[in-house]
Parts: sequence; structure tokens; C-alpha cells
Amino acid sequence: MNAPFHPEPTSLDLLAMGTRARIATIDWAALDSGEARRLQHFGFDEGVTVEPLHLGPFGRDPIAIRVGRMTVAIRRKHAGAIRVTPLGR
Amino acid sequence: MNPLPLVAVAGSPNAGKSALFNALTGARQKVGNYPGVTVERHSGRLTLADGRPVELVDLPGAYSLEPASPDEEVTRDVLLGKQKGERQPDALVIVVDASNLDNHLRFCLQLIELGHPTIVALNMVDLAKRDGLELDPEALSRELGVPVIPTVAVRKRGIAELHEAVDNMLSSPRCGVHERVKTDLIHLQRRAREIATAAVVSETPVRRWTHRLDAILLHPIAGPLILAALMFLMFQAVFAWSEIPKAWIQSGIDWLSATATATLPAGLPRSLIADGAIAGVGAVITFLPQILILFFFILLLEGTGYMVRAAFLMDRLMHGVGLSGRAFIPLLSSFACAVPGIMATRTIDDPKDRLTTILVAPLMTCSARLPVYTLIIAAFIPNTRVVWGVGLQGLVMFGLYVMGITGALLAALVLRRGVLKGSSGGFMMELPKYQWPPLKDVAIGLLTRVEIFLKRAGTIILGTTVILWALASIPQAGPGQKQSGVSIAGHIASGIETVVKPIGFNHDIALALLPAMAAREVAVSAIATVYSIDSSDENAGSKNLEDRLKHRWPLPTALAFLAWFIFAPQCISTIAVTRRETNGWKWPLFMIGYLFVLAYLAAGLTYWTAVALGL
Repeated sequence: MNAPFHPEPTSLDLLAMGTRARIATIDWAALDSGEARRLQHFGFDEGVTVEPLHLGPFGRDPIAIRVGRMTVAIRRKHAGAIRVTPLGR
Repeated sequence: MNPLPLVAVAGSPNAGKSALFNALTGARQKVGNYPGVTVERHSGRLTLADGRPVELVDLPGAYSLEPASPDEEVTRDVLLGKQKGERQPDALVIVVDASNLDNHLRFCLQLIELGHPTIVALNMVDLAKRDGLELDPEALSRELGVPVIPTVAVRKRGIAELHEAVDNMLSSPRCGVHERVKTDLIHLQRRAREIATAAVVSETPVRRWTHRLDAILLHPIAGPLILAALMFLMFQAVFAWSEIPKAWIQSGIDWLSATATATLPAGLPRSLIADGAIAGVGAVITFLPQILILFFFILLLEGTGYMVRAAFLMDRLMHGVGLSGRAFIPLLSSFACAVPGIMATRTIDDPKDRLTTILVAPLMTCSARLPVYTLIIAAFIPNTRVVWGVGLQGLVMFGLYVMGITGALLAALVLRRGVLKGSSGGFMMELPKYQWPPLKDVAIGLLTRVEIFLKRAGTIILGTTVILWALASIPQAGPGQKQSGVSIAGHIASGIETVVKPIGFNHDIALALLPAMAAREVAVSAIATVYSIDSSDENAGSKNLEDRLKHRWPLPTALAFLAWFIFAPQCISTIAVTRRETNGWKWPLFMIGYLFVLAYLAAGLTYWTAVALGL
């Protein structure tokens, strides 16, 4: 994949709304086993494309994220465990 | 007798599993419980071409065989033949959402691996098409090695074909079931993505409906406003739309009572039927329209996918008092009834979050309180207008709801700082596509609720009303004596009265509180029964219950009575379901204790304040 720019990897909770990104790494150790399993159930995995879509109205938490073909909501702190490489809007 | 062949319907959440189950079995369903757990077991019947009946069971939705909730545990155990009280399924129907194959195929692959005779229902192919996704069911069938039937369950498309495939499957010999399944989720997920990609014929990107709707409904400003407006509309409807059917039911009951009084000879049996059974149960049945409207809204919000959005909007606020956005759904359901509300807490993964939600759920104003609130408000609050379109009666009712919610939030905050201290869990939810739920499915859901309500009216409420009637009628009062003074119930009530007198409760209320332990609405039927018995010797039967109350209760007492019912845990079913959900008596007893203390304090403060203000 030849990205037109070379963006810095960032964490998913810092990604601007509507920016597509590819998951680089997931810090599974930062999550408890139930949370990690749910993220896997939702299809979070290295190499998968994600896109943050909406923020909760109070305190910008939780975040609605498109992952694969579904949209899921997770809290900001869990999104922080996911490192992504932005692909552009 | 040999048990019927069992076909399990399984799939990931939001695959349209229940709609498919409804389409296959029709309205002939049975709702039961798996022993030892509170997961509902939905089953129905299917008839094969040769006339043999088959039992179909709708398993709780699961993302994989590695459970993350009690529901998913049941699904796994049934599929592995390890669930108590359930036989091993003879065949599987796996439901997958055609537009979310990359995710749903993971669980599907795990299930196929189990080795049951299996069919895959490729559901919601119409919505996938609308999203610009064209799939090849045959290619998918080749990859998976099992038959794949495209379906649109909500429109009954593909159901006949699916029925036929089930028929074929059960006619062919079955092989053994493997117990060992692949548990490497990541590996399964990657394989699922490969297969999903292979099954796609063409994909045209289109702006999806759901995204357009979410842009409005999840908007940081419009979203919460729309949610508030919807809640307001819902509660408005519960009161406004129910008036006419309620009047019909009321006149039916009046007619029944009058007929019974006219045809039966005077004496105890007539009193039992007219004053006990008809007056008591009738007073409760009139609330059926309100309960139906409330459940209608809740089923609609759930069916359309909006309920999860509401949880998303509310999560941060709920988090503030130590709950999760997931608690929003159980708490909203508790406005209808705390029993399904408490059962809905099973979707909360974190045990402390869940327990807190269970303990505060009875503070949500459930529909059983409506009979009590409506009666007292109609009798004591003047029907004046505050501002245009807002009456004083409605405002008081609204205030009672607000007090309940505030009480619940404060209680949650205190519980999370005290007995249930600990970090709060997460919030992880799928936001499914919006869809219009088939009205038939909503109707099936409503019918189930009506059945439960009427069963309750026919058993618990009738039973307690009749017992109360007996206690209130025996021994018979002599001339010049008041029946409610001399009866057994009267004496018990005098005992309770000494405890509740400081908070302004009179003898009538003390008499109503005891049977109302069974269910709150019994308070109304109890008061109706007692006054009905009392009035038969006063010859003042023409007065209705509201007028009688107005003459017998001072205003501060009536207000204290309302405040009491915001908090009092008077509902056997809620206590029983809490015991079941928490596996013991510790938490239900704690719940009863703290709620009675709150009820006593609230009623007392209301009474003392009202008296001090000279009301």
C-alpha cells in the first residue's frame, strides 16, 4: 500500500473523526481478559481498517468506531490500547 | 416417549436470529428458563413434510464459543450438550448477517467444526444488496462445506427453502459431535475474512442509511435532545393513549360487578365475588393498556436498534455514578417492570456494575406503581393547568418519575463508594444497523407480556385479594361497628399502624401495605376491597374510590403515601428475580432493607413538610 503521506502512528483514541487507519498493534496486556475477548469478537486485529465515527456527547466518551463491516462503541481508555497508522480521510 | 428431534438456531447478536426463529415457528412459542440460570429458553415447533414434529430452540446470540456473558455460556453449553435440562441438538441452523459476513463467519466456522448436521441461513440479503453488496451463496457453501440458504426473515423470503433443507438434514444419518473446537479467535477471524471476501460477487460503495441516521441521532447536541424528546413522547403516550381503552375496561368491570351484585343473593359468597375478586382484580386489569403501550415502545426501541444508541449517548453520564451505558437498557425496561429489567442486566459484563444496576432497578417507576399513583393523584391533586398544555396532575406524576430516577442515581453513587467499591468495567457494544422490526415480532413480544401480566392478575393478585377479603370480612361486624375495625386484617393493620403512624399513615394504609408486599398494584385493589366491604354496611356503594379517599385521607397523608411508593420494595417477583440473579439471599435482603429505610424517610419527610406548610 503506497500511502501518499507518511503519517506517524498514533493511538485510536487520538485519531480524528472520519480518519481511516490501519491497526498496527494492540496492547492486549493493557486489557483484562474479558475486554480483550470482546475486542476480538468485534474483529479488532492487526491489519484491520478502522474509522472513528462518533463521540459520546458528554466528555467525548465513548467512541463509535467502524471496524470491518460493523460499528462498535468502546470507551476511550480501551481505544488507547490500540495503535494505528492513519490512511487519510 | 422419545423426545422430539431438537434443532438449535444459533448465531451472532444482530444476525436477525429471532426474526428467523419467529418466521419458522410462527406465534406458537414457549418461553421458559434454563434450570439454575435466568437465561430464557425460547422454543417452538416445526412440522416436517412427513408430519413428524421437530422442536426448534432459539439460542442466545453469541460472538463465539468463548463466552463473555451468562447468555453466551448457555449457548456454548447447549451446543456442546453440557447444558442441564437440555438435550443435545440433533441439527443446527446458523444465522449470519449477509452484510457482516467477515465477523459472523467466525462463530459460524466454530459451529460447523462441532460436526452437527448444519445449515447456514444467509440472512438479510436484501439489506446487503441495499448496501451495494452482492454475494454468491454457492461459493459460500463450497467454502464452508454446508448448505447455505439466502433468507430475508422479516419478509419470510427463503423460509420455505430453509424448512425444506431442515427436512433433508434430519432425514440423513447424523454423525458424532466433536468436543474439541478451535479456540484461536484471531486465526478463525482471519479465515472468516478470507471466506467472506471469496463470497463477494461485487461491491459498490454506497452511503449507508445507518450512517446517515447515526450522523443525526448520535450528534453531540441533536442526539441527546432527540433522546429526551423520545422519552417524553413515550411517557406522554402511556398516559394519553391509554385513557379510552382504560375507560372501556372500567365500564366492563363495573357492569360485571353490578351483574354479580344483582344476580347473587346477599351474603358472604356475593361479597367474595363482587367485593373481593371483581373489585380487586378489576382495579389492576384497568392498567393493562398503559403497560401495553410502555412495552410497545420498549420493544420498538429495541427492535429498531435505537436502544443501543441511547446507551451510547448515556454512557458517560451513567459512568459518572458508577454505572455503564449498558445499564440504560435494563433501567429503561424497569419503567415497564423491574423483573425484565433485572433480567436484562445479564448483558452487563462487569459483576459490580451489574449488581449496582440490579439494586437500583426497583427505583425506576414501574408500571405497577401507576395504579397507585394515578388513583392518589386523581383523588388529591386538582386538575388545574400550570402552563399551556401542562396540567398539575401530569406535573406531579412527572415529579414522581424524576424522584425515582434521582433516587436511583444517588443510590448507585453511594453503593459504588461503599459496599460495591471498585473500578467500573467497560462499555463495549455493537451498534447494529437500523431496521424496522416486523410488527408481528413486536406483537409476539407484547402478547408474551400480556400473558405474564394476566397470569399474575389471575394468580398472585387474585389470591392475595381473596385472602385479604377473607381477613377483612371475618369476623362480621355487629351493628354500629366498622368492618375494617373488627376484622382480623383490621387487627394486623393496627399493629403495622403503630410503626407507620409517625409518617402520617392511617389504618387504611396500614391495611393495604401488607398485601401490597405481593405486588404494589395490590395496594389499590386492597383499598378498593376494604372500602367495598365497609361500604356495603354503610349503603354508600355509589361513591367511587377516589371520592371515598378524598373524605378519609388528609392531603399530607396522601402525599406521604406517594413518596413511600417511590422507594418501597413491595414486589415479590422483583425480590425473587433478584435472589435468582444474585444466587442467594444476601443481596435481595440488602435491597429490601435499604429501600424500606428510604421509603420510610421519604414518606416521613414529605408528611412532616406538608404538615408544617399547613397543607
